[in-house]
Amino acid sequence: MFQSEIPSAAIPNNKLQAGNSTDSFELRIEHLNVHAAEHHILKDICLDIPKNKITVLLGPSGCGKTTLLKCMNKLTDLYKELRIDGHIYIGADDILTTTLHIPAIRQKMGLLSQRPYPLPVSIYKNVAYGLKLKGIRDRKLIDFSVEKHLREVGLWDEVKLRLNSPATSLSIGQQQRLCLARGLAVKPSIILADEPTSALDPISSKIIENLFKEMKKHYTIILVTHVLRQAIRLADHMVFMCDGVIVEQGKPGQLFSNPDSAELKAYLVDGN
Amino acid sequence: MAYSLIAVLAFIIIVIFVKGIGALNWDMLLKTPKGGYYYGGEGGVLNAIAGSVYIAFGATIIAVVIGMPAALYINVQLVRYRRTQNTIRYFLDALWGIPSIVYGAFGFALMLFFGMNASLIAGIITVALLVSPIMVRTFDEVLSTIPRGLHEASLALGSTRTETAFRVMFKQAFPGFITAVLLSFGRGIGDAASVLFTAGYTDNVPVNLDEPAATLPLAIFFQLGSPIPEVRQRAFASAVILTIMILAISLGARYLSKRFSRNNLK
Repeated sequence: MFQSEIPSAAIPNNKLQAGNSTDSFELRIEHLNVHAAEHHILKDICLDIPKNKITVLLGPSGCGKTTLLKCMNKLTDLYKELRIDGHIYIGADDILTTTLHIPAIRQKMGLLSQRPYPLPVSIYKNVAYGLKLKGIRDRKLIDFSVEKHLREVGLWDEVKLRLNSPATSLSIGQQQRLCLARGLAVKPSIILADEPTSALDPISSKIIENLFKEMKKHYTIILVTHVLRQAIRLADHMVFMCDGVIVEQGKPGQLFSNPDSAELKAYLVDGN
Repeated sequence: MAYSLIAVLAFIIIVIFVKGIGALNWDMLLKTPKGGYYYGGEGGVLNAIAGSVYIAFGATIIAVVIGMPAALYINVQLVRYRRTQNTIRYFLDALWGIPSIVYGAFGFALMLFFGMNASLIAGIITVALLVSPIMVRTFDEVLSTIPRGLHEASLALGSTRTETAFRVMFKQAFPGFITAVLLSFGRGIGDAASVLFTAGYTDNVPVNLDEPAATLPLAIFFQLGSPIPEVRQRAFASAVILTIMILAISLGARYLSKRFSRNNLK
């Protein structure tokens, strides 16, 4: 893989991958099937995730959106009952069969979950956590990085005077941005966001949405949502799922104005 | 209901204090039994205080060394294997329920097998066996309430399972860890049956691991059996000492767990 030929760990993965201009896809999923004990959760998913775009996975609850997201950073490993086959390629590497160290794969992706889960340490240490995992000990570099990523999510001015306060003392909207900053600090190229605004108030949701619009210049964002309006506002590429199947995908305008499937039509009618 | 339980606790403490306070003095705390102590003579129960603290301390340290990683292992490494987790928990609960005299008998058999005499180390090992399941299950119970999302967040940042266990789960469950240590120590310092055959009894403060050691519960037992009223009163004074020690540990632990949980996800 070309990344491994470049030794510097300090260069973000997205920059590395940007060098490969022929590849406009960040992630390619081929014939992905996920079975639980008595349930076929994901059925023959084939999906290309475009680079530096926001791909929105839209669909009703229980259609397998979150499972698909968890497959991408191998969090499905935590569930013994799930049987996964197929391929998920990042670059040329199939992460489902790779011999690479799993934490290294996960560090290519930042995860933002439905509600924020700050680590039980201070605001500063939350952001520094990923850097320390990477073996970075240089205090100045960590300080610089913490400030940079807190600024990136627009949190620096709000927390700069209380970096050593517990992360849990922040409001839930701030916590979610902190979790985003924490994820960005490990230099991912992809952001996986699983209904990141579902626990937030409208103002905090708006901030996160605006951040995503900014961030797509540097990151590939995969957003799971069941909020139709949010999908319309953010999506560059829309994937509509229903019952473990990708029913339709394409540009949002095209999908919303001319839905082919009865499922999407019904979803759009109910959603409005 | 809650109030009646508090009333019972208060009643126990009051009775022990009223019956023992007359015999409580610095000699009780600072002196070992002198000749004739058990007939109302001079001395104190320093031998038993020291023995109890040594045994409970040693046993708790062993239980932490075994139990803390074991509880983390159950909740992090075995997170995929719910059935294995539940089987382990079932056996630990069974071990928790075994009466301490059985541990005492087991420790005694072990001691004979290795050709040891009743000693501090035999007492520590037996009490460690007794308190380890308490340590693991108490800590495990708190670890198992940590939201899966926090576990996943840590892994998603690129932590290995070991890093997740020690840097995230342990920190998040730290108040539970303190409770586990406290419960283990409290059980260890207050148990009589497990040390009856294994630690033995002596009037001296043990200075080596292979020397026998007295314990407060046994000191209370021996003194309470005396026909002499002064000695029986000393039994209650010893009980007061034991109770105060446990209360002090409990308050200290509570303070510590509060202090170290300020960062925790609520």
